[in-house]
Amino acid sequence: MSSATAKTPETPLGRILRRFRADPMARVSVFIIILFALLAGGTALLSAMGVNWPYDPNLTSLEQKLLPPVPSHWLGTDNLGRDVLSRMLHGASISLTVGLIAVAVSLGIGVVVGAVAGYFGGKVDQILMRSVDALLCFPTFFLILTAVALLGPSLINIVIVIGLVSWTGTARLVRGEFLTLRETEYVKSARVLGQRAWTIITRHILPNAAAPILVTAVLGIPDAILSEAGLSFLGFGVQPPQATWGNIIADGKTYLLDAWWLILFPGLAILVASLSFYLAGDALREAAESRN
Amino acid sequence: MTSFLIRRLGLSVVLLFIISIISFFIVTLTPGSPYPWGELNPKISAEVKANFRKKFHLDRPLHEQYALIMRDLFTGDLRSIKDDRPVMSRITERLPATLALNFTAILISLSFGTLLGVYAARHAGQWRDMAGSFVAFLFIALPSFWISYLLAIVLVKGFHVPILGTHSYGIEFPNGFAAGLDTLWHLLLPATVLAIGGIAAQSRYLRATMIGTLREDYIRTARAKGLAEEAVLYKHALRNSIRPLVTGIGMLLPALISGAVIVENIFAYPGMGRLGYEAVLERDYPTLVALNFVVAALVLLGNLLSDLLYAAVDPRVRLE
Repeated sequence: MSSATAKTPETPLGRILRRFRADPMARVSVFIIILFALLAGGTALLSAMGVNWPYDPNLTSLEQKLLPPVPSHWLGTDNLGRDVLSRMLHGASISLTVGLIAVAVSLGIGVVVGAVAGYFGGKVDQILMRSVDALLCFPTFFLILTAVALLGPSLINIVIVIGLVSWTGTARLVRGEFLTLRETEYVKSARVLGQRAWTIITRHILPNAAAPILVTAVLGIPDAILSEAGLSFLGFGVQPPQATWGNIIADGKTYLLDAWWLILFPGLAILVASLSFYLAGDALREAAESRN
Repeated sequence: MTSFLIRRLGLSVVLLFIISIISFFIVTLTPGSPYPWGELNPKISAEVKANFRKKFHLDRPLHEQYALIMRDLFTGDLRSIKDDRPVMSRITERLPATLALNFTAILISLSFGTLLGVYAARHAGQWRDMAGSFVAFLFIALPSFWISYLLAIVLVKGFHVPILGTHSYGIEFPNGFAAGLDTLWHLLLPATVLAIGGIAAQSRYLRATMIGTLREDYIRTARAKGLAEEAVLYKHALRNSIRPLVTGIGMLLPALISGAVIVENIFAYPGMGRLGYEAVLERDYPTLVALNFVVAALVLLGNLLSDLLYAAVDPRVRLE
C-alpha cells in the first residue's frame, strides 16, 4: 500500500465498491437484482402505456393451454393458455414491491424502537426489549398468515403485516449500536453542550449506525419476498387474476406431473431473486464490518 | 441455579402474558365475524345468534372476553368454534406428530449444519468456504413449497418414498418395528424440507465461531502434537464452538413451526402447523389464541432447555 492511500481514510462507499469489485459472486448478484428491477419496471411501464410484451398476462386461450416451452411461448402456458413468461414478468414487480415496502415499514419501526430503547435505556429499554422477546416467540410466518387472512389479502395489507411482524431483528441491532455509540466521546460532548436527545440521536448516532442498518435492510428484502411467495402459495397472497410468482406455482401444482414448467420457472425466479439479495447483503455486511 | 430458574420462569410468565394479549387482539380486532354462518344470514334466528354470542362470550366487552378466554384456556373449557371440542385436546392430539417432525428436523439441521459449518471454517477464505457460504444462502433462499414439489417428484418417482400423512393406509404391518419404519419413511421428506433453512442458519453461526476458535493456541498445540485434522476439528475445536448450535435450537423452533404451516399442508401431515392453517381458514379464534400460546410456551421451554444444555456442555458457563 502506498503512503498516499494510507493517509486518506477510505470512505464507506469506497470500501463497499472495493469489496464488490473483489467478489465476483456479489457482482453477479447486484447485476441480477438490477436486471430483475429493470424487467419488472419495464413491464410495468409498457403495460401502463398499453403495450403488453410478450403477451397480455391475463389473455386466456384455451386452444393453447398447458403448452410446454415453445418458440412462441418461451416458458410455456398455463391451464388457461396464459403465457407464463408474461405472468412472471408482472409477478416480478409484485415481489420487488413487497420486498421494498415491507422492509421500509419494518425499518421504520425497528429503528425507532431500537433507538429509543438504546438511547434512553432503563425502564423504557426493559419494556421495549421484553416486547421484542415476546414477538420472537411467535412463529413469524404463521403470525403473518393469520393477520393477512383475517384482514383480507391485498397488496397493501400484506406489505404492512410483513413489515409489522419483521422489525424485531432491526430493533435489537439498532439498540446494540446505540448502547455502544451512546458512550463515545463525541456523543458525550454533544450532551454536555446541551443538545436535545432528538438532535443527538438523528445527527450524531444514527449516521454512525447506518451501515449495519443498511445491511439488515438488504437482507430483509428476500425474507419479505419469500413470505409473500408462501402466502400466495397458500392462497392468501395478492389475489388473482394478478399474477405473482407464488400463485403461478399454486395454480400449477394441480398439473405437477404434466406441466413441470408451471412449477420450475416461477420457483427459480423466487430462488434467484432471493439468493441475489442474500449474497449482495452478505458482501455488504462484510464491507461494513471491516471498517476498523 | 435455583435463582436462575425462578427468574427465567418469572420472565416466561411475563412474556406469555404479552404474547397472549398480542394474539388475542390480532384475531379479535380484525374485521369480519367469527360466526360459522354469514353475519346477516336470515335463516339463523336471533335466538341462536344470541346463544352463540353468549357461549363464546362475544356479548362482553373486549377486556372481559380476553379474561374469559384465558380463564377457559387454563381450566380446559375453551372450545373450538368449528367443532365445539375442547381446544386443548385438539392441540394435544397433534402434539406427538408435531414433536416428532420438529425433533427430526432439528436433528437433521444440527448434523448437516455442523458438517457444512466446519467445512467452511476449515477452508476459511478459500473457494471451498465461498462454495459453502453459497450453499448456505441457497438453502435459505429456497422456497419450501417449491423444493417440496421438486423433491416429491424425484423421490416418489425414483425411490418410492411415501409422502402423504404419517403412515401408509390399508396396510397391516406384521409388527411394531415395520410400522415404525413406515412412519419414519413418511417423516423423512417433510422433516428434510423443514430442516433446509435450519442447516443453513446453523452452518453460518458455527462457521463464524469456529473461525475464531481455530486461531486459539490450544488448536495449534493439538496440531503440533500430530493429531489428525479431523480429531482437531471435531473433538477440540467443535467443543468450544458449540454455543451457537445449542442456543440455536431455541431459535430454530419458531421458524420450524412457521415452516410447518406450508410443509404440513403439502404433505398432509397432521401436525400443529396444519391445525393452525385450518383454524385460520375457519376464523376459529379460540384455537388460534390457544395455538399461539402453546407454541410460545414450547419456544420458551426450548430456550430454557438450550440454556441448561449449554451450561451442561460448557463448564465455564454458570447460570446465575
